[in-house]
Amino acid sequence: MARYIIRRLLWGVALLIIVSAVTFVMFRVFPTADPAKLRAGRLQDPKVIAAIRNDLGLNKPILTQFWIYMKGIFLHFDLGYSYYSTAPVKTLIFDRVWATVSLVLGGAVVWLVSGLAVGIVSARKPRSFLDRFSMGGALVLVSAPEYWLGLLVLYAFAADIGQVKIFPGAGSYVGLTSDPVKWFTSLILPWLVVAASNAAVYARLMRGSLIETMSEDYIRTARAKGLTERRVVLRHGVRGAINPILTILGLDIGVLLGSAILVETVFDIPGIGRLNYDAITHSDFPIVQGTVLIAALFIVVANIVVDIAYAYLDPRVRYS
Amino acid sequence: MSASEPLLRVEDLRVEFHTGDGVVHAVDGITYEVHAGQTLGIVGESGSGKSVASMTTLGLTRNQGASISGRILFEGRDLVACSDEELRSVRGKDIAMVFQDPLSSLHPFFKVGAQLIEAVRTHQDVSKAKARERAVELLNLVGIPDASRRVDEFPHEFSGGMRQRAMIAMALANEPKLLIADEPTTALDVTVQAQVLALLERLQRELGMAIVIITHDLGVVAELADDVAVMYAGRIVETTSAEVLFSKPEHPYTWGLLKSLPTLEGSRREALVPIQGAPPSLINRPSGCHFHPRCPYSQPEHERIDPKLEPIAGEPNHHVACLLDSETRKRLWAQLSAGDTPEQAQAALGEAGGRP
Repeated sequence: MARYIIRRLLWGVALLIIVSAVTFVMFRVFPTADPAKLRAGRLQDPKVIAAIRNDLGLNKPILTQFWIYMKGIFLHFDLGYSYYSTAPVKTLIFDRVWATVSLVLGGAVVWLVSGLAVGIVSARKPRSFLDRFSMGGALVLVSAPEYWLGLLVLYAFAADIGQVKIFPGAGSYVGLTSDPVKWFTSLILPWLVVAASNAAVYARLMRGSLIETMSEDYIRTARAKGLTERRVVLRHGVRGAINPILTILGLDIGVLLGSAILVETVFDIPGIGRLNYDAITHSDFPIVQGTVLIAALFIVVANIVVDIAYAYLDPRVRYS
Repeated sequence: MSASEPLLRVEDLRVEFHTGDGVVHAVDGITYEVHAGQTLGIVGESGSGKSVASMTTLGLTRNQGASISGRILFEGRDLVACSDEELRSVRGKDIAMVFQDPLSSLHPFFKVGAQLIEAVRTHQDVSKAKARERAVELLNLVGIPDASRRVDEFPHEFSGGMRQRAMIAMALANEPKLLIADEPTTALDVTVQAQVLALLERLQRELGMAIVIITHDLGVVAELADDVAVMYAGRIVETTSAEVLFSKPEHPYTWGLLKSLPTLEGSRREALVPIQGAPPSLINRPSGCHFHPRCPYSQPEHERIDPKLEPIAGEPNHHVACLLDSETRKRLWAQLSAGDTPEQAQAALGEAGGRP
């Protein structure tokens, strides 16, 4: 098991190096605004621009820039400085990561609980009205884009622009440590939006998986033992059905931590996605590189966590 | 309950499943009895309704949308009329069941001990620690070595035979009065089969429970059963004591089963005689005697007349559902047991002036 984890970690590092390289190449090859000109602001004096270019190291050969950059990241854990604000990228990301984590993990709780509940109920009564209604609803939610759904709930429920003013709207996010109550209420709408499409997917997955599990021989055994139907379903059935869902949950959380751009932008939550979005509009390469790298890191870590967790979820799995 | 009253009496049990293709007549009016401490073997091919009949005893076909009629009297109480909740209190407590494939019948993600503890605590109000002690005791009882360590293992860490022992241990958790074993040895190696049968026999002796053993294997019946019911197409076609079944069988289907078994005494050149054809569809069953399309001795009128399970003159407790007369059947069996093929037996009968 230890050897397996070490091997996976090494692969993860290799993957991160490749991701860094690809991001670097993409940013240099595709046309973007000149960062030095952007930095110079309204004073478009060629001397100033040349000086900035020199400061940022943009006048060095591209391979040298790449080498300096990669060395900084992988030897010193240094993600560089923002072209725009000169703040260290590491600090910017670290300051913002908690908002994203709050959004994604809270959303995951909402979608997991609601998705599983709907999935279980639907699986127990396939083709019933409730089943058809919830599976139909799931299809709608899966199809609804997040930014559209986000605007819709703001229009409906936000305290400022909503028809029914019950939840804090966009830009109301505060950190958990500064005001837990406000933190919670400000995230209710974003959580619902993040959860909506995922809950729908999870409900369908759970339904399918549980229907299949309920025809297993060991469910018959559980019934033959005289267990209540509730216990048969919730303990034996759900335990047998949940592994693929928890696997996907790990991956989804990993992906979403790096890509909650739309929801963070719609609700103006100062998270990594928002940081990334702003950095792209400013051609702020170090931040884009840093956020992409951190997103890749989340996915790599999520994959490893899922694989390790699987050995505990399914005792028949042994890595060697 | 008087001594003569059976522990389990199934009366005219019918189980039907309504499917898109039509009504499946899985069990079609069967009646049998099991007395305390006795073993009944139910024999038949796949799809003869034998498993459905016993699963219905525990109400396990209820949530599959089966329509069930008839009576299942357990200690005088009709289980067909019981509510789900009442039935649940019988399941695993008074009547327990062991299934065919122990690997798929044990939950793969729960430790064997946890599954045993759950069985104990479902019907007994005992602490987890007490239930665990009982789990180890049960594993010891069924002959699993090093039970106190094994109790913390998962089913996949057990061998096939040990898994079936663990299943049996789980069934015994609440000392049932009746154990239904549905093909308990089919998924096991031959040597392990014998061990499991010996285990069931020992447990029955020690615990005094009744056993219904469902099997397609007459060897298992010979080993364990006191009485036998032979099922074909959802019905019982012959029922008698195990001894009589092997010495004086009366139904052509039973003969077919017996003749398709290899014997140690028989010459090696003597070919095994399979029963021709395949078991009938339970949706569109053959008219008349359901066995007539496969019966070497059937007469034209057997396509129309539906035989009833009737007692054989002079043989109490021996019932058969066959349209041949008893005399003919006895002569045919005499020829068959002398080594004749069905064709030879029938020809010999014709020469002797028999009816077929």
